[in-house]
Parts: sequence; C-alpha cells; structure tokens
Amino acid sequence: MTPSASVMWFAGHEVRLAWREMLGMLTAGRRWRPRSVSLLLIVFVIFLHLPAYAVVGRFADVQTPLDQSTAIVITASIFLAWALVLSQAIESVTRVFYARADLDLIMSSPAPLTNLFSVRIAAIALTVTLMAMLLATPFVNVLVIGGGARWFSAYAVVIAMGLSASACAIAITVGLFQLCGPAKTRLVAQIISAVTGAGFVIALQVAAILSYGTLSRFAVLTSDAAAAFAPEANSIVWWPARAMLGDIAALVPLLAAGLILLGSAMAIFSPRFSNYVASAAPLAQVRRKKVARRFRPGSRRNALRRKEFILLWRDPWLVSQTLMQLLYLLPPALMLWRSFGDGAGAFIVLAPVIVMAAGQLAGGLAWLTISGEDAADLVTTAPLPANTIIAAKIEVVLVIIAVVFTPMVVGLALVSPRLAAVTALATVVAAGSATAIQLWFRVQARRSQFRRRQTSSRIATFAEAFSSIGWAATAALALVLPIASVIAGAMTAGLMALTWKISPVRT
Amino acid sequence: MSATHAALELRGLTKRFDRPAVDGLDLTVRAGEFYALLGANGAGKTTTLRMVAGLLRPDAGSVSILGIDALADPVAAKQIMAWVSDEPMIYDKLTPLEYLEFVAGLWGCDAETAERTSHELLASLGLGPHLHERCEGFSKGMRQKVALAGALVHEPRLIILDEPLTGLDAVSARHVKGLLQDRVRSGCTVIMTTHILEVAERMADRIGVIAAGRLIAEGTLAELRQQNGQGDTSLEDMFVALVDGAPVAA
Repeated sequence: MTPSASVMWFAGHEVRLAWREMLGMLTAGRRWRPRSVSLLLIVFVIFLHLPAYAVVGRFADVQTPLDQSTAIVITASIFLAWALVLSQAIESVTRVFYARADLDLIMSSPAPLTNLFSVRIAAIALTVTLMAMLLATPFVNVLVIGGGARWFSAYAVVIAMGLSASACAIAITVGLFQLCGPAKTRLVAQIISAVTGAGFVIALQVAAILSYGTLSRFAVLTSDAAAAFAPEANSIVWWPARAMLGDIAALVPLLAAGLILLGSAMAIFSPRFSNYVASAAPLAQVRRKKVARRFRPGSRRNALRRKEFILLWRDPWLVSQTLMQLLYLLPPALMLWRSFGDGAGAFIVLAPVIVMAAGQLAGGLAWLTISGEDAADLVTTAPLPANTIIAAKIEVVLVIIAVVFTPMVVGLALVSPRLAAVTALATVVAAGSATAIQLWFRVQARRSQFRRRQTSSRIATFAEAFSSIGWAATAALALVLPIASVIAGAMTAGLMALTWKISPVRT
Repeated sequence: MSATHAALELRGLTKRFDRPAVDGLDLTVRAGEFYALLGANGAGKTTTLRMVAGLLRPDAGSVSILGIDALADPVAAKQIMAWVSDEPMIYDKLTPLEYLEFVAGLWGCDAETAERTSHELLASLGLGPHLHERCEGFSKGMRQKVALAGALVHEPRLIILDEPLTGLDAVSARHVKGLLQDRVRSGCTVIMTTHILEVAERMADRIGVIAAGRLIAEGTLAELRQQNGQGDTSLEDMFVALVDGAPVAA
C-alpha cells in the first residue's frame, strides 16, 4: 500500500469508527437500523426549530451594515457558540489521548505515524464540525426562512468555527501536557472544557448583575458601556458577524483562517502526537504517595458511604461538573448578595435555578453511586442486604446535595423564610426524584462509562430532565401563583408515577 | 452450624438462559478440602459458582454453605464466604490498603486486626511497595492480587475462585497457590475453577468435571484414573477424554 493509499484507507477507518461511535451514542449500543436513527435525528432537529425560532427569529431581518448594538450581540453569540464548540473539541482531543483502544495497534504498525495522526486530527475536526453543524442547523434554517438565502453563509461560519476550535483544542491540550504533565492534563482539560462552555455566559450574567441588577446577559451587550469599548465598524472583530450575514469579503478570510489554523495544528503536532500518546499511556503508573493512616472502625453501611465519598472526591468528571454547577449558581448568588434588602420579590428567580441545579447534580451523582459500581461482584457478595447497600449510596447523594445547596438556602432564609422553605423543599424533592429515576433505571456499568449514561435509557434521561424542570417550575409558581403550583406539582408527580410504571424495576 | 456440615452442598441446581446452563447439578464439597471444578468453555462452571456466591438467582435447586441455606439467608452465607472472579473488579481510584479497608468494613471486621492482616497479605503477595498507590496504574496481575487479598482479609471459611491465576506471572502464581494451600491447611475450604490442569492436578484434593451443566466425573486424581480405567494417564488426557464430544450448555 502506498503512503497516500494508506492515509486514505486510515481516513476511511476513522470515519467508520466515528460513525459507529455516534451511532452507539444515539442507540445506547442497541441494534437499531441506521435508517431509524437518521429518521429519529431528523425529527429531533425539526423539533429544535421551535426553540430556535424563539431565540433567533427576531434577528432574521437584520441587514448590513450592522448597527453597533446588533453587531455586538451577534459577535458575542458567535463567540459563545465557538466557546461551546471548543469545549466539545477539548473533550474529544483528551479522549483520543487517553481512551482510544487502538493506539497501541496504530503505533506498532509500519505506517508513517505523522500521516496517521494528521488523519486523526482531521477526524477530530470533522466530528466536532459536524456536531456543531447539526446543532446550528435549526438556528440557521430559521434565519434563512425568515431573512433569505444570504443566511446560508452561517453554515460556512460554523465550519470555520469547528476547524479553528479543533485546532485550538489540540494546542490547549498539548500545552497542558507540557505544563501539567500527563497525570494532571486529563483532569485540568476536563475542568477547562466545562468552564469554557459555561464561562462566557456566566461572565456576562455576572457583569449584568453587577452593573444593571439583572440576570439578562443582553443588558451588558446592548449597553452604552459595551458600545464605548467596541472597536471601529471596519474592525476584524466584526468579520464573523458580517460573514454570518453573507458578506463574502469577510467569510472567505474567516474560512481560510480556520483551515490555516487546523493545517498548522496538523503540521506542528502530528509528528509529536505519538510522543504525547505514549506519555499519556503510563499515566496511571505515576506513584501517588500519601501519608499512611489507620483503618477506621465503623459500621458496614459507614464503610460503603466512606468508599463512595472517596471515589466521588477523586472523580475528575464530578470535580468539573460540580465546578460548573457552582459556576451556574454564581450569578444568582451574586444577585442575592447585591439585591439584599430589596425584599423577596427579586429573588423568586433564584428558586427554580437552585432546584433545577440540585436535580441535575443529584441525577449525575446517583448514576455514579448506584449504577457506576466498579466492583459490583464484591458489593453483591458482601454480607449486607441489598436495601442497605442502596440506602447507603442514596445517603451519599443527598449529603452532597445538602452540602452544596444549604448555603444558598440559608442565604435565602435571611431574605425570606417562605422563599427559603419552598426552595429547600423543592430542592429535596427534585434531588430525590432524580435519584429515584436513576434507581429505577439502574444498570451495572463502570464509572468511566459516565459519558454514555444518558444513552443507556432515553426514558430515564428525559424523565430526569423533565422532573427537574417540573419541580423548578412548581417552586417558582408556589411563590407567585400557588394554585398553579399545585397543578405543576401534580403534573410532575404524575410524570414520576408514569416513569416508575414503565421502569425496568416495575416491569 | 456444625463442623460436620459440608462446606458446599448443591442439590438440583438449575439455571437456564436461552438453554440450560446448569442442569440439575448435585455437588458436595467437604469442609477443609481444596476442590477443583473443571470443564470446557461454556460447561456451566462460572454460572454454578456465581449462583453459589449469590450473584445469580437459580431457577431451581438448593445451595447450602456450611449448613446455611444460602437462598433463604444469603447475608449469613455471604459472611463466611469470599468470591474472586477471573476479571478483578476493584476500584481504580483506591489504593490497595483503602480497598482492603473497605472490604473489611463491609464484612464488619475489627479495624485493627484487618489493618494488620491487610499489611501481611499485601506484603506476601508482593504488593508491599505499592500500598499507597492507586490501583489505576496496576497491571492485571497486580489487580488480581489486590482482589485476592480482598477475598482473604475477612478470613472466610469458604473461598470460591473463578480462574484466579489468569494474568499472573509464575512467581505471583506460586505466591497465590501457596497462600491458598495455607488457608486449606488452616481449615478453610477452597473451590476453584481453572483451565490450567496442572494446577488442579497438583493442588486439588478432589476434582469435579462438569459438562453441559452436569457433573460427569468426580474424585481424587487416583479415583478419576480408576474410573477411567487408566493407571498413569495425565489429568489432561482424562479431561479431554471426558469432555470431548460432550454438549456445550452456555
């Protein structure tokens, strides 16, 4: 096989792997026909056009030249989307370094490694870009339908974003390798990935709260202060926004920049990729000396709880996820602090935010403790009733939820005891519901499979999300329209009952 | 429970998946003996042992462990039993000592005694230099040794091992074999499946051969030779003669 043929063959292999991986993610490993998956995906994307219309519909008629305020909003939105794509790209690159099982085979093959890793970098960029395109499709289509064909150029902007984000992700990950070493890169990259995705929105919200006392990020973007800092109308900063609106003079350099960035990343990092992969492989052999401590006495249940706490504490996903939850809570907390003394009215918005966050965090924790049991045989053969084991695991979830959310509720209690009571009750119910769903739909899995937990059961995933939303809405309505909260609460309880009815535990 | 009870007594044990995996199996293992359960791939060995360990619920039959009905009172049965599978399932983020502390805690052992035993066990298995390293960097053999130490730390009276020597180097395998023989000498019962027939030949007091979920031969090596009418045949030749052509269950 000639070098070029081997590259083409490897590219085909990569595309096949990426396709099967995506299929596996969508079907949870079950046997589905690709046609059924595609159909489901199309229906889902069509459904997404409704929320997309609500978000971007009003921008469809925007014309060039852009007024400054609109230019800032569009540019900031593009940057936010780019940050999210970058976050996904960092995650993908980290996975290639640490988790791809075929690296030993590739590195022991006689094929030129530089070519192979160039293909792999290109495959990362392709996957990331396709995913971004998929998510952007409803938004772009809404703009095309409302504002004309010129908006089709937004797809090209998304491609440029995917290419440049992939290149930056590779540079960041390699930089982390050199800065932190292979042992810490995975954790740091996961944290950066989580923070990058949410950081921009949160920063805007924080600025809005500090300046205007509102959670709306548009308050900052459309403010005079932002306009004062904005560069001239012909600045390069506005190119993405102009390209989005069909300005070819801005679009072509943007696409070219994306391609050049990716090409540079491939040229610079491909020859060294095998070194990074090789140094990541023995990562786990790094010694972690710690001070010896005595065995602690305690009940069997206590032993289980202690083990769960240690494992959760040492879980990189959980560290990054909790950090993200805390980041999301930062704007409401700031608002609480800033508006303290203005009365309870301004804080009603905090209740659903806290309840929602508690439900989501509890769902993740419950999966890790209940389903993500790495030594399932050991725990099952231990002399404890199954109920005791489950109870100990649930206690761990609820304790962590209590530790994370109690300070917020205490803060609310200083403003309005009623608000605090409603928030606390709804937080407990939301966390309990999410935990119950994970319990009903539990499957034996390894903790490292967490990324795929949402594909193991579609019903559990949607039920968890809707129960969190439902309890959050119930809490908000309880504070403003109690009668409506009874209806919302009853609907959410009904959803829980239905979920239980169709869960594997019941059937 | 009395000392006269068999360590393990199976009566009519049955488990079906899409076809019978274990088919009305009767088996008795005496207390204090080293019993090797042999069989071809899919013969029903692992399914049998998983039912004994409480990891699978039988469709029919009974399981008695040192006189305790394991199906009626699984907690009491598990208290005196340990299970080690061929695929060591330990926690990557725990150190060997933390893992053993957890296991000892689950079995309700005295913390001080468990700590001393843990150090001794890990040292005897060659893991002394790795006590404070997380298991995520361990080779399969090292992980298997940690799992084995976990099985022994609570001083079980019945140890069930499914292919425990898989992945171990020669020195480690010898350590493990020595450790198991010490346990048998101190009155513990060991039931082990293995595909390494030489190990069964050298270590086992009695050998059972299973095919299609049924026991097709059982006895000491000498008894097996006598049953098969061959005075000096190796276990391997006898095993092949016994299972060759036997149907595969699951």
